[in-house]
Amino acid sequence: MAFAAFSSGSKTDYKAPRKQSVIVAMSLLLPGMVYLALFFITPLMSLVVTSLEVPDASGEIGRYQYGFEIANYWTVIETYWPHIIRSFTYALVATILSLLISYPLAYFIGIRARKWPLIQKLALALVIAPFFISFLLRTFAWKQLFSNESWIVTTLQEWHILAPDQYLVGTDFMVIFGLTYNFIPFMTLPLYTSLERLDLRLLEAGSDLYATPAKVFRKVTLPITMPGIISGTLMTFIPIAGDYINASRDFLGSSDTQMIGNVVESNFLRINDYPAASALSVLLMAAILALVVFYVRRSGTEDLL
Amino acid sequence: MNKPLPQDPMMIELIKQARRHQMTRRTALAGAGAGALAIALAACAPGGSNTKLTPAKDISDTDKSLVWHNWSLYMDQADDGSYPSLEKFTNETGIKVEYKIEIDDNDTYYGKVKDQLMQGKDIGADVACPTEWMASRWVNNGYVQKMDAANIPNKKNVAPAYLGAQFDPERDYTLPYQGILAGITYNKVAYKEATGKDAPGSLEDLWDPALKGRVGVLSEMRDTIGLILLAQGIDITDANSLTEDAFMNAIDFFKGKVDDGQIARIKGNSYSEDLNNGDTIAAIAWSGDTVQLNLSAGEEKYGFFIPESGTTISADLFTIPMGATHKRNVEELINFYYDPANAAILAAWVNYVTPVVGAKEEAIKIDPALAENQLIFPSEEFIKNAHGFRSLTGKEELAFSKAFQEILLGA
Repeated sequence: MAFAAFSSGSKTDYKAPRKQSVIVAMSLLLPGMVYLALFFITPLMSLVVTSLEVPDASGEIGRYQYGFEIANYWTVIETYWPHIIRSFTYALVATILSLLISYPLAYFIGIRARKWPLIQKLALALVIAPFFISFLLRTFAWKQLFSNESWIVTTLQEWHILAPDQYLVGTDFMVIFGLTYNFIPFMTLPLYTSLERLDLRLLEAGSDLYATPAKVFRKVTLPITMPGIISGTLMTFIPIAGDYINASRDFLGSSDTQMIGNVVESNFLRINDYPAASALSVLLMAAILALVVFYVRRSGTEDLL
Repeated sequence: MNKPLPQDPMMIELIKQARRHQMTRRTALAGAGAGALAIALAACAPGGSNTKLTPAKDISDTDKSLVWHNWSLYMDQADDGSYPSLEKFTNETGIKVEYKIEIDDNDTYYGKVKDQLMQGKDIGADVACPTEWMASRWVNNGYVQKMDAANIPNKKNVAPAYLGAQFDPERDYTLPYQGILAGITYNKVAYKEATGKDAPGSLEDLWDPALKGRVGVLSEMRDTIGLILLAQGIDITDANSLTEDAFMNAIDFFKGKVDDGQIARIKGNSYSEDLNNGDTIAAIAWSGDTVQLNLSAGEEKYGFFIPESGTTISADLFTIPMGATHKRNVEELINFYYDPANAAILAAWVNYVTPVVGAKEEAIKIDPALAENQLIFPSEEFIKNAHGFRSLTGKEELAFSKAFQEILLGA
């Protein structure tokens, strides 16, 4: 959007010294290209090649050779479809929850708190503060807080919200809670940047035209902050779908909550089934890409792509 | 695939292309893609061919040093971070030891070193201590060097229980560093509160409905399924008794316990946290950790018992990879730790089962109370029910691990 607005206004007849600019552009692009080729395209190719491998004659664990076994993809879909569905469900629920929590928060920081710059800065700092502590430690702290003997769990049991032999760690609730918690800042910050730039005079104009506050929000605030919502949801949804820490048995999960990331880990490290692990990774990537393209198209913000 | 990629040809290629003609974004990407494909294919070049590996040249005579990969908390350590027994070794032999805590998990460690290991190249260590089942894979595939018994006179001190393993009956290729005894660790007070009994008496007791959701097991297949198999009357040392059917039967039983919520935690090393914060009341666990747990609790909070039906015993083994260039130095190191006096120093600190005969007598001199600890110096009576899980063929290992992992993933 920003780019479109910028380019439409600059129709001046500007002619660059052609040859030089190409060389400059190329040399500026080179580091990025080399980086992409080495650390994105190469691993990607190697991933695809590995995903098509077949077991070698020895039948030993972890021994594979080149092949063109497309069936690997069917096998992993067949075996792990519950995990695939679970990953995307978790990601969807956690993304919606973090949007619901983050939007009011960002609205407060970006609009309400404009009058008090100090509070605004402080609130922003608080949103970012958890980043100062390791992601693993924070997740682990939640595990301790919700452990079986914790007051939270015992109180819930006393109130008969949980049965006496029901606990929280290892449940869908706990994993989604952890995912939502861990990714809220990624949602809040893009929302804040779009709300912070919102011209309040537009809202005034809306109410001058007899729109109710709800209508102003729906017709003015929401469309203007849509780029923030889109980038926020993408920045949470994509990493959540591939997350494996929260759902891991060592953190908030159990064998009932394993996501694609955990399946990849298990296949890659435990049974050394590299083709299956690679095929799953490729599938995850493709699924996310497809979803993102569809989502961005639908919400009419192609400029983000 | 983890090998460092050649950077130069690619840079040169890209620079050439950039200079040759005006380039659109698309052609640049295609060029990079083609280059990357070439690199990817080169990086994936078949590594594990079946050619027989040969030991690397031993330079021990000229280079008095060695590198050791081991697990954490597995070496006596002074408050300043130094390792007294290793210093003693260096003083006695002049061999400098670079001691690295590199192994956190057999599978991840294998993943890290396998490319070099399979080609007989230097894995960065002259000696590493993987667990028996992993070491057996290494021995069977010819990844490790044969030790020269003449250089390890103290080898005579190895406890008889550790001889006769199928993959290395005479311990020509491996020697135990520390023994690992599995069993059941339980929180004494919590167990009594939950079940009304003082202590569990058998593996069956873990399936008591009063413990639903409070039972933990190890994510180490051989220990968890091993205990279940033993309770079902299977001889886990014997291939005729421990068949694929018997194994899958135990897997089904295990799956039932996971599905109905009786077993809530399936963990590796981190299971002790669950015992610590009370999440689990009883767990299939390792003896050495129980000692550590009690030490950090400051009281005998946890009990450890071995079911009458039996438990598993294993060991982390000294192995010398084919690519190691300091074999002779490593043999001196092993000889050093097979001296009962040195083994006692180690055992007193790491709290695992020492495989060295005579270490107990030496330990009495250091700390008589410690020498009485059945978990460190088990009596014959105490470990009579401990058995080693039989070695698996490659196909069995794949099938068994797959079945086990599927339960862990809840598939």
